[in-house]
Amino acid sequence: MYKPHKEQFHSFQETSSGVFGLFDSPAEIIAAATKTKEKNYTGFDCFTPYPVHGLDDAMGVPRSGLPWVTFFLGLFGCTVGFGMQYLTHKFDWPLNISGKNLNAWFAYIPITFEFTIFMAGVGTAAAMFFLTGLPKINRKILHPDITTDKFALWIPSSSKGYKEDEVVSFIKGLGGKNVEVVK
Amino acid sequence: MSNAVKEALDIQPLVTGGKSVRDVTEDILRPVEAFPTSLWWKAFLLVLTITVIDLGIIGYLMWEGLYILGINNPVAWGFFIVNFVFWIGIGHAGTLISAVLYLFRQEWRTGINRAAEAMTIFAVLTAASNLIIHIGRPWVGFWLFPYPNERGPLWVNFRSPLIWDTFAVSTYLTISLVFWYIGLIPDIAAVRDRSKGEMKRKIYDILSLGWVGSNKAWSHLEMVAMILAALSTPLVLSVHTIVSFDFAVSILPGWHTTIFPPYFVAGAIFSGFAMVVTLMVIAREVFNLKDYITMKHLENMNKVIMVTGLIVGLAYSTEFFMAWYSGNEYEGFAFVNRAFGPYGWAYFIMFSCNVFSPQVFWWKKLRTNIPVMFVISIIVNIGMWFERYVIVMTTHADFLPSSWDMYIPTVYDFMMLIGTFGIFFTLFLLFCRIMPVIAIAEVKTVMPSKDGGHH
Repeated sequence: MYKPHKEQFHSFQETSSGVFGLFDSPAEIIAAATKTKEKNYTGFDCFTPYPVHGLDDAMGVPRSGLPWVTFFLGLFGCTVGFGMQYLTHKFDWPLNISGKNLNAWFAYIPITFEFTIFMAGVGTAAAMFFLTGLPKINRKILHPDITTDKFALWIPSSSKGYKEDEVVSFIKGLGGKNVEVVK
Repeated sequence: MSNAVKEALDIQPLVTGGKSVRDVTEDILRPVEAFPTSLWWKAFLLVLTITVIDLGIIGYLMWEGLYILGINNPVAWGFFIVNFVFWIGIGHAGTLISAVLYLFRQEWRTGINRAAEAMTIFAVLTAASNLIIHIGRPWVGFWLFPYPNERGPLWVNFRSPLIWDTFAVSTYLTISLVFWYIGLIPDIAAVRDRSKGEMKRKIYDILSLGWVGSNKAWSHLEMVAMILAALSTPLVLSVHTIVSFDFAVSILPGWHTTIFPPYFVAGAIFSGFAMVVTLMVIAREVFNLKDYITMKHLENMNKVIMVTGLIVGLAYSTEFFMAWYSGNEYEGFAFVNRAFGPYGWAYFIMFSCNVFSPQVFWWKKLRTNIPVMFVISIIVNIGMWFERYVIVMTTHADFLPSSWDMYIPTVYDFMMLIGTFGIFFTLFLLFCRIMPVIAIAEVKTVMPSKDGGHH
């Protein structure tokens, strides 16, 4: 049986000091990420202009656990949506319309459905904002080209076994260009 | 897929002109970064004038009351509900392009989905404004929502299609906005990183919410996009189904039919795709995006228009057949009166625009011809407006001959109709100026040079 794992709710950790290097292609960043993982640097991250498929595996990032949020919030929305209509029309404000049952649940389906979708959709988006650390303005930008065509490997100073000189030469050894130390 | 296989299967690239990843950003952001052209200013001033006039008329309408419109006893809904259903229908193509085609892994959607989603939001806003004005006292429009109040246990009637509409439209608008904005975040970050001015940078920094492109964030963002696509797909079908319930749960002949939900949904896709073609043909010319919105994109959309045109044609015929087959004389009269009665001219416009005109797309030469598709897309939209007109107006004659009356729209009805186009195009032109009109990050994922990542 599928169970939600804590690792699936990995979040973007903002770090202000470390070393980054730029790469030119998705293939290079995937290779670099694989080597960084092998080298046991923890908490490293890759910044890309578009989602690079295969990078998750290379970095050891598991599949996002957000569908669990969708499922439970959808269930919640469904219950609240139906409950609101049922309690209202059965108890709080009963209206006899052509002698129909007060719990004429067929008529409650459209709103129940919409409420389910609403809670599931908005809730999942909110969970994503929480996990990705958005919104936060004035965030440090490593290099303006990362959102255009460059791929960055970032090893923060909080990494296990972090030594500035070693990390710089490691990223250079991977073929990283424009390697910079951020303090 | 290797290039040899692509050639053998005659698969066209989705981005032409040998563009690099950097070119994509530069080309698409050019309209956002450069000073607007005189063409843009002219178009914007024109639609803004229409919008301002429309707002004045809405004010006058609120001051005087709904009597200045053509609504009367048998036709109590009038133009507003026609406009409402028309614009909601236009909106649906955006969701279908961004959600349904996403789920079916149709990569050609990437060139057009952003503009189509924006179209959805503006169309739903336009539709909602019609609904709000139509209730006559818009300042108490919040009565449509269930909320705790001090008038005792007074609740909305959850069994009323009007309340279903409220929930459906507000959910649709919210989910579409969230979906659209989440896709926009990485692209706004690209604008932020490229902008030179301090003020501009600040604004786009706030709008991008601090996106930096971390792969951990991409992993969640892609998942949310997929979940929202999966939620929007049934949502878009439900919204137009609920809109059709406004009519179908009544007991009026001509409205009380079970074919309405699928027929409305097909009509919505039909008119929405036609509007996307209209907008895309203009956008690719004005902003020089021919390498991103290619003939393949337009051709695919024209195929959808042709198929949905056939579906609405089938629905029109089925309605007639059922009216005859049911043996219900009121139902039979309603349909004969619809086609051959005093509003027969509208029925004729509807049928020829919607069923006959898209058939030219059977020929590849015509469906890849820009002027032809532009004209057809406008004809289809005229036809679809008339479809709703026919449905609403032909109830001017129901059970009792004593209550029969003709619906004659006044000048205010027509001005409000034109005004809806003003609002829609004003919002759309503003969007083209301040946001990337094509989903940059998504286009990059379908480029030939993306090699390195596996799918």
